[in-house]
Amino acid sequence: MTLPTSTARSQPGSSQGQFIDWLAHLPWWLLFMLLAGVILTFAIFSDDLYSLIFSKLQNGILTTLSVTVVAYLIAVLLGLLGGLGRVSKNPLIYNLATLYVQVIRGVPILVQIFYFAFVITPGVVGLLNALGEAINPGGLLASLDNQDIPMLARVVTALAFAYGGFEAETFRAGIESIGRGQMEAARSLGMSYLQAMRYVILPQAIRRILPPLGNDFVSMLKDSSLVSVLGVRDITQEARLYMAASFIYPPTLNMLAFLYLSMTLVLSLVVKWIETRMGKSGH
Amino acid sequence: MDATQQPMIVIKNLTKHFGRVKAVDGVSLTVEAGRVMVIIGPSGSGKSTVLRCINHLETPSSGEIWVDGIQLTHDHKNINAIRAEVGMVFQQFNLFPHLTALENITLAQRIVRKRGEAEARRVAHQQLERVGIPEKADVYPGQLSGGQQQRVAIARALAMNPKIMLFDEPTSALDPEMIKEVLDVMQDLARSGMTMVVVTHEMGFAKNAADEIVFMDRGGVVERSTPDDFFSQPREERTRLFLSQILR
Repeated sequence: MTLPTSTARSQPGSSQGQFIDWLAHLPWWLLFMLLAGVILTFAIFSDDLYSLIFSKLQNGILTTLSVTVVAYLIAVLLGLLGGLGRVSKNPLIYNLATLYVQVIRGVPILVQIFYFAFVITPGVVGLLNALGEAINPGGLLASLDNQDIPMLARVVTALAFAYGGFEAETFRAGIESIGRGQMEAARSLGMSYLQAMRYVILPQAIRRILPPLGNDFVSMLKDSSLVSVLGVRDITQEARLYMAASFIYPPTLNMLAFLYLSMTLVLSLVVKWIETRMGKSGH
Repeated sequence: MDATQQPMIVIKNLTKHFGRVKAVDGVSLTVEAGRVMVIIGPSGSGKSTVLRCINHLETPSSGEIWVDGIQLTHDHKNINAIRAEVGMVFQQFNLFPHLTALENITLAQRIVRKRGEAEARRVAHQQLERVGIPEKADVYPGQLSGGQQQRVAIARALAMNPKIMLFDEPTSALDPEMIKEVLDVMQDLARSGMTMVVVTHEMGFAKNAADEIVFMDRGGVVERSTPDDFFSQPREERTRLFLSQILR
């Protein structure tokens, strides 16, 4: 991150107007964030209450990060498949992919999470039970229980499918942004449709959609807080539990927001670094 | 030429509609092995569409196409098999911008022809030598001039050892000073005995390299003749009109 300060403007005593101008151009928002960050970090080490809250919330950091990474990776995979489906000439595949994307885009993520947890999971378990009963009565599949599917798995699946719908449109846009001539050239060399996709179209498309894919990774980190509604103990859930027991709101929420901000900031930098690296390696 | 040899390309009564527009209307053509056919005609005459039907980049609405004795069907295996035997060069080059010149040439060799990396690279270097730019192997298309890009595209097609080469207005997107370097490569190729079908506006190339010239207008073949006859004594009025407009 670069600070847009100008050394020419900052010469002291040149004139009052220039000094005010210099002040106005300082990135105050960043200074404010840094200050808040320093104060909170300091508080964690010196203030008993803040250090207690931090020790509670830190138990959820690993959950937050792993939910984010796992759900995101599955979402990108679903997005790739969905995107390929959206550009497919096969009517069945196209319609299935479009149905998926439209349903996902029209239903709030929170509602989707409830659906996966309390409708789709029991439904799938029931289906597996029926299948298991038919194949091997009393076997493992037949005796599968709803309780065996942890909330964590349900909510990660829900987030993955929700984001997968958005990533599908990102992939579709990326694929469609590559000129028709590329596919024609690949096909005229004897490549199959899928070979042309894999070796010619997708490598170019993915490079183009890296920025939105990276943004969605950061968004996923924030939306991972939704897992708390199913009692999965990420940092949001840890904060809720602590507040419910202690009625200490402001410091807890300060600490929660501080943790999210630090993580998204670090992730944004990582994403930016990956983008520049991938951008440099090709043309 | 062996008289019993079957023609390389046979097109029978080809038609192609785009919606209600008839782009190609009942075209029949035969190209013997080792011959160079140049198709000329005003824009919108359907010449590019005929060319694109030969390797099924356009699906014919009706008619038959035979390539090297194999009839073109809608079957994907059949289409891919024929495409591997038919090289195509496009007006816009269509090089793969994320790959170097060498990688552009080795990609299809490896995944379609199943050649090993070393063999594919050897062939690629050989073809780059042939089109006169061996030193550009590790350069990305974006750093090449239009003429160089088109020559890499020709090398890419040749590396597949095609029996036929199709050229779809290969010099129309080039700056004037780069047209010659591409035409020279095509001229050499014609001399080497490659079967070629070329859609072009380059009358000089048509005169020098063609065995036969086909003049198309409004989706149909107006006239077929040798270059000498075509330019000195065109039979059809429409051909004469076209030539008078183009040869100023």
